[in-house]
Amino acid sequence: MGLKARSEFLYFAWRNKKLRVGLAIILFFALMAIFGPFLAKYPPNEYVEVAAFPPSREHWFGTTIFGQDVFSQFVHGLRATFIVGLIGGTIGTLLGILIGFTAGYRGGMVDEILNMITNIVLIIPTLAVLIIIAAYLTVRGILTESIFIGLTAWPWAARAIRAQTFSLRVREYVDMARISGMKSWRIIFGEIAPNMMSYLLLVYILQFGGAVLNAAALDFIGLGPTDTVSLGLMMNYALLWAALPLKIWWWFVPPGAAIMAIVGALYVTNVGLDEVFNPKLREL
Amino acid sequence: MTLQVENLTLYYQTLRGDARALEDATFKMADGEIMGVAGESGCGKTTLGHGIVLLKPPMKFVRGRVVLDGEELPIWDMERMREYRFRKISIIPQYAMNALNPIRKIGTMIGEVVRSRGIDYGAILPELKRRLDLVGLSHDVLKMYPIELSGGMKQRVVLVLSTLLNPSVLIADEITSALDVSTQKAVMEMLVEFRDRGFVKSIMVITHDISILYQVADSIMVMYAGQLSEKGPTEVIIHRPRHPYTKMLIGSLPKVGVRYAETRLSGIPGSPPVLLDPPPGCRFQDRCPVAFEKCRDVPPFLEIEPGHFVACWREY
Amino acid sequence: MTRYLSRKLLIYILTFFLAVTIDWLIPRLMPGDPINVMISRLGPRNPEEVKLLRDYYLRLFALDVPMWQQYINFWKSVLQGDLGRSTLYFPRPVMDIIKAAVPYDVFLLLPAILISWFAGNNFGALAARRRWLDNTVLPIGYILTATPYMWLALLLAWALGIVAGWFPIAGAYSFELRPHFSWLFIKDLLWHWFLPFLSLFMVMFGGWAIGMRNMIIYELEADYSRYLETLGAPQSLIRRYAFRNAVLPQVTGLALQLGTIVAGAVATEVVFAYPGIGNLIVSAIQNQDYFLIQGCFLFIILGVLLANLFIDVAYVIVDPRTRLGMAGEVA
Repeated sequence: MGLKARSEFLYFAWRNKKLRVGLAIILFFALMAIFGPFLAKYPPNEYVEVAAFPPSREHWFGTTIFGQDVFSQFVHGLRATFIVGLIGGTIGTLLGILIGFTAGYRGGMVDEILNMITNIVLIIPTLAVLIIIAAYLTVRGILTESIFIGLTAWPWAARAIRAQTFSLRVREYVDMARISGMKSWRIIFGEIAPNMMSYLLLVYILQFGGAVLNAAALDFIGLGPTDTVSLGLMMNYALLWAALPLKIWWWFVPPGAAIMAIVGALYVTNVGLDEVFNPKLREL
Repeated sequence: MTLQVENLTLYYQTLRGDARALEDATFKMADGEIMGVAGESGCGKTTLGHGIVLLKPPMKFVRGRVVLDGEELPIWDMERMREYRFRKISIIPQYAMNALNPIRKIGTMIGEVVRSRGIDYGAILPELKRRLDLVGLSHDVLKMYPIELSGGMKQRVVLVLSTLLNPSVLIADEITSALDVSTQKAVMEMLVEFRDRGFVKSIMVITHDISILYQVADSIMVMYAGQLSEKGPTEVIIHRPRHPYTKMLIGSLPKVGVRYAETRLSGIPGSPPVLLDPPPGCRFQDRCPVAFEKCRDVPPFLEIEPGHFVACWREY
Repeated sequence: MTRYLSRKLLIYILTFFLAVTIDWLIPRLMPGDPINVMISRLGPRNPEEVKLLRDYYLRLFALDVPMWQQYINFWKSVLQGDLGRSTLYFPRPVMDIIKAAVPYDVFLLLPAILISWFAGNNFGALAARRRWLDNTVLPIGYILTATPYMWLALLLAWALGIVAGWFPIAGAYSFELRPHFSWLFIKDLLWHWFLPFLSLFMVMFGGWAIGMRNMIIYELEADYSRYLETLGAPQSLIRRYAFRNAVLPQVTGLALQLGTIVAGAVATEVVFAYPGIGNLIVSAIQNQDYFLIQGCFLFIILGVLLANLFIDVAYVIVDPRTRLGMAGEVA
């Protein structure tokens, strides 16, 4: 990206309201995930107070039925959420890039086979596979969860990137590179990938959001990490320990609201970025 | 006069401000005239063609009058203009190959469009079929989906549909750019035939390829950076151009009949001015070899001999 | 068309094959010995009894033959509809348990998917034509589709179930009732159905509305729409064409969303203790009932495959290009 193009990008990026709002929300929660645990006065799982205490000055988000501090759990859970998003999203995107580029660039039989595999894996519901994997692992950490989420999330990304690569590989500069005898991987990463950076960023954002939602679902049905707190797990406990009939709303409202806000902000950022990258979509 | 355009000025709204795509265009098209409009990309020729038919954002009407058969067209009013489109003025767009709804049979689509304009499809069907014969298409295309047709066939369908109601003016926008040379000739001949048979009165052929105009156009209008440079009978423009830009344009053709690529003109240093904030006066002045003081003012588009208009201070 | 559908069919058959293979592998890869778990649950008193039970179960689950034979046997029994016996609900056959759960899934998911799809599409198309509507629908749509299914379910259960007290928050029908055909029972069934349906509906609705809104704006900018405008066609015709074209990716989108919908259904069923397969698979996992997990997994795949097939046929009907054997589809 030339200097002029970059300043133009920043100019439109700053002017885009969706991008500003989305990034602000993500940043807010990211800061909370990083610094929140230092602010929290109690360890997340320690029984510190009378049970089911509503939000107060001492316990900002109240306490659980066991007397744990909800705010402590919340900020630690946020951390877990961002870790899953980062790792799961990265793995999913990288796999998608690898498979999508290879299929789209090589074409022919390689594409035929990879596409077939992608289509098959695409049909099998991710959560069903994750349930089985999670049930197989008795001890689960946040890292393993992230890795498995990433490993099952690539198909749609691979397909989207494959389609993009198809349209790019017939471009002139790619032909030039090929004629001049450049190696395939160098053409892919030297010529095609830079022209798709914006698209890959959008894919990554969606993978990030998808990983967060998948982790929440997995944690909620009790197959999440066994050694730490997470937002999904908080809701799981809230449901199991009758937060509904006991009206302990402060137990399950914050974790879900945070997931919704983060994922929603990711989507909005995505739309904003899309508008910045594609001049056609810019509002006049 | 079929078409009279006076001071037509159209801008494009962009985030950085208005791009002054067409400035004070004033010209006439006679009954039966096939007029070519030529120039580099970005010269305003497409803005002119589309602005007359379908003026919608980001294109913006600034000023001017368009008079068709003695009646002023409300081109700034999307709704009122609807009545004139198709019946009085029509276009074969550059994207003719993608202009048909991909999931409707061609006959069904034509029927729906025609009926939506309050015309009985059954009554017009025989004429539609006659015209399909004329352009060498079988009647079966009416039962086909666009994907079953080649690009050239789709373009001919669009030609037939656009002219079905015998409009006064047809605007043909870059209709030859995607075709090979032999097909180009056939398409241009169809245009002439449609004119000769009275399906359309006058045709405006927008192209970057002057050689295609030489064969069929009665007159040629040359544009540069949103301004009209020169208009005159084809013979005159090709052999005795007066505007320095036209001279270079014609001169850059090794000989008539050879196409030049739509890139920057070789031999003319510089590039067209940015239309967001063009210099005052003649917009060609920075690249013009004969520019002088006076070019800081906009030159009028004056008739220097019957039917030959030039916008250059050196020629008056 | 035959080429299009047969290609799809091949993918589905391969998918099914893969799913059955994964399914066969599960209990063989899982930690813990399902038979030990089961025997300990029945509480035998002496080693002979343990051995007796063990032999019995080994025969029952056919674990006493070589691996390849087990695999072939597994296929045989799957094709015969024999999925083994549940250890959690011993000795009920897994097939019976699942058969009892499937109607609830159909009853819950089919209306939620179809109604949200139709409503979302129409609403999204409507939003694209009015700015004020667009300005409200778009944010609401993004919020809804970003909402985790279980959280919305929890919120609805809390607000409409507990606080307002309008709806029950657990089960498919009241405890005191037995399933039978009467107005009383049907009313009770619908009463319990409403909240899980609503939470699934709302999340999906947001996604469809946004998808349609974006697609239709894209289609209204398409060349064929522009050409219609140059022909002076009325907005109604242009919008009708754009809608028809914009629906196509929404149909394929439905196929792509099935995975997410399954996840949403599992979470929602858990919140409302709704007796579908989602609830079943979770309790099966909690109790290490591997045969039941197998069966649920297989049925989820089967359901998804059936839905895909149905969507394919629908797509062929709406997109003429697939009928002509030309690549027009995106999936």
